[in-house]
Amino acid sequence: MSQFSLYAVISMLIFSIGLYGFIAHAHLVRKILAVNIMGSAIFLLLISAARRDPTAPPDPVPHAMVLTGIVVSVSFTAFALALTRRIYAETGQAYLPETEPAISAQKQDIVQK
Amino acid sequence: MRGRANITQLWTRVILVVCSVVFGLGLVWTALALPQEATGLARVVKPRMPESGVTNPVTAVLLNFRGYDTLLEIGVLLLAIIAVWSLRLAPTRTALERFMAETPVLAYLVRLLVPVMLLVAGYLTWIGSSRAGGAFQGGAVVAGAGVLLLLAAMVPLPRRRRLLRSLLVMGFGLFLAVAGGMLLLGNNLLEYPPERAYILILAIETLLTVSIGLTLALLFLGVIPEVAAIQQRREDNV
Amino acid sequence: MLMDNLGTWIVWPILLPLIAIIPIFLLKRPGAANVSLVTAAAIVLAVAGLARQVLTNGEQSHAVGGWDAPLGIMLHADGLSVFMLMMTAIVGAITSIYAAGYRFQGGGDSGSSSGYFFWPLSMFLWAALNVLFLAADIFNLYIGLELLSLAAVALVTLERKRDATVAGMRYLLASFLGSLAYLLGVALLYTAFGTLDLELLGARIQPDLPTAVAIMLITLGTALKTALFPLHFWLPPAHGSAPTPVSALLSALVVKASFYLLLRLWFEVFPAALTPAIAQMLGLLGAVGILWGSFLALRQHKLKALVAFSTVAQVGYLFLLFPLASTSAGWGVDAWSGGVYHAFAHACAKAAMFMAAGTLAYAIGSDQLDRLAGTFQHYPFSVTALTLAGVSLMGLPPSGGFIGKWLLLNSALASGQWWFALVILTGSLLATGYVTMVLSHILLRPPDAAPIDPRNTNVSFTLEFAALLLALIALGLGLAATPMLALLRIGMPFTGY
Repeated sequence: MSQFSLYAVISMLIFSIGLYGFIAHAHLVRKILAVNIMGSAIFLLLISAARRDPTAPPDPVPHAMVLTGIVVSVSFTAFALALTRRIYAETGQAYLPETEPAISAQKQDIVQK
Repeated sequence: MRGRANITQLWTRVILVVCSVVFGLGLVWTALALPQEATGLARVVKPRMPESGVTNPVTAVLLNFRGYDTLLEIGVLLLAIIAVWSLRLAPTRTALERFMAETPVLAYLVRLLVPVMLLVAGYLTWIGSSRAGGAFQGGAVVAGAGVLLLLAAMVPLPRRRRLLRSLLVMGFGLFLAVAGGMLLLGNNLLEYPPERAYILILAIETLLTVSIGLTLALLFLGVIPEVAAIQQRREDNV
Repeated sequence: MLMDNLGTWIVWPILLPLIAIIPIFLLKRPGAANVSLVTAAAIVLAVAGLARQVLTNGEQSHAVGGWDAPLGIMLHADGLSVFMLMMTAIVGAITSIYAAGYRFQGGGDSGSSSGYFFWPLSMFLWAALNVLFLAADIFNLYIGLELLSLAAVALVTLERKRDATVAGMRYLLASFLGSLAYLLGVALLYTAFGTLDLELLGARIQPDLPTAVAIMLITLGTALKTALFPLHFWLPPAHGSAPTPVSALLSALVVKASFYLLLRLWFEVFPAALTPAIAQMLGLLGAVGILWGSFLALRQHKLKALVAFSTVAQVGYLFLLFPLASTSAGWGVDAWSGGVYHAFAHACAKAAMFMAAGTLAYAIGSDQLDRLAGTFQHYPFSVTALTLAGVSLMGLPPSGGFIGKWLLLNSALASGQWWFALVILTGSLLATGYVTMVLSHILLRPPDAAPIDPRNTNVSFTLEFAALLLALIALGLGLAATPMLALLRIGMPFTGY
């Protein structure tokens, strides 16, 4: 397996892991982390695609794409984290409401005891 | 309480894992089907390098050939700080903390590191035209220095609104001015005249380094500096 | 030479909003609002100039940086681009007027109030839309999408309301996911074919596995952003709880942008992939969206939520374009024109509806449908705007909505896809249902209703005027159909009858 194929396969596995993490975890910070992992996977794919022929110089366009992608990713992540802070300040926890029933059920147990 | 509010039902988890595995395998199969020979744009970029004004191909692509994308990306970064400010977060302890004199190690380290970091940042930006480096790399190091200063609470919060905002926007502003200015010369948008390309790219990258570094550090802070500064003064007076 | 290039109209819709951001960022609320309004007018002029240039000289291209594809990035303006730009300019300008008179919660005149932040964020939104409609490079489209999404989410969370914050987070996560899917698709396409230019990509593309997966990822990501059923879950709470001018911008423009992306990519980059099966599936999802969205709209008790669900339904109509344009030889022109015209008419009508609804909700202090009785006496302009917008949504002549639906219906019947014709008619019927429901609450006052308490009598006339103007434009689109449709034909990926 060539070096490119190895990196490409690994990047796709990382992408899937990130996707699983995004759906499975309810905590907002974990979701944000998962999305970042997915982004990094795509960047890995691009970087490895830039150097498929070891004798030739690497292709600069994917490098530029990844640089741009990182900046865009950082921008989104910064805003997402700030929004998480706002949600935490307003609701006291860093979850989206549809995952709250599990919490309120537990709280009810505590109250009843 | 571990596992609280996570998807705890076993069968949902199992289905999710199975789907992810199938999806992952599909992607892996796709990755294996990608062409092994270099089908990229390296062959197109290489002959045009002398016209770009720099010798580093990544910088040439980023600031010249595909400079439009970079311009928009700086716009995204500016938008990010505006968006975070629009949330009007309440100031945190980090934001309000005064000089942390009780930790001499931190203070000494910061005093030592920050000037070095700024020097490294300047070097990275400068060398970007011929070696690996550029505005983003330099800006990231400036941001690191900024975050260090914020954590150590060794700088007063910026209170001069216009000055701060001017510094934040100047990279984007110059880039945009150059892009539009080329139209006045009769060129296309962002079309540098080849003999001036290097100096224009250098000027843009320098201002961008400051703007990017400042933007990232302020994104770390989160709160609007003037608001935090007002709060800080209020706490002082109490 | 100088005037030659300053007369390159194509760059100005992009440059003007970006330039405006600098003074807007440095000023406080009143200054920011004024700069925005002036820029709005300038953008309208720039788009008009570009439209005239395209009408007389045909499609326009511009190589940014002086580098042609595949080295550089191309801008491209054809009939569809100009159409979308005009839609954005008209709705954007009038919404700016509305926003200037709107009271944002947490307002104030400083440089840090909600009322201030609307202006830089909406200008970024506008810039992003113009970038998207003129882009001819697939990675450029990605950045435009990101710019658009970030601005849109930040606008949703502008006021400090709990519903909006949560809805904004959901929108953000959905958006982020969609963007990454799109980016992975782009990465795969570049790795396989070595170019990012749309035209070159269209020429080089092959039907193999990476291409198929890339197309699937791009479509899924974009469908998530355009709220195609079943990926529409994030839209109603976000559009329903956002401040009124934001809801108008989002429903009218932002969802259309990702749809535009799909249109461009499917019909010009990988048209061979648009097999009848896939086209029917997209149409089917659109159909379900129409029926499901309309059905849920009928069940709402709050005005803004109803209007938001109506957006889900109307987005469904856009996706009917895929099966109707791809499988009907010769009638592609009708389907394409119909779908795109519908997008424009819906943009004006929906924005007008949101603005009118927002004004009424603000006036009586509540969003509940059953509290709307008697508002007609106090706010006749808003109610009229609501009605006229409803007329376009229902698809009654002579509105723009009628033209759009008529063309779609025509192509559905002509190509023998009668089931879609049925869906279009049912959708119109359901739309009539929920529009009439709203109007009956307003106009038919139950005999024992309490006299209306105009909580906020300081509703500025600007608000009402803006809504009415936009609703009249929605109507006027029906009357001005001929020149508009002629414009749309330039660069259309079909030949005539």
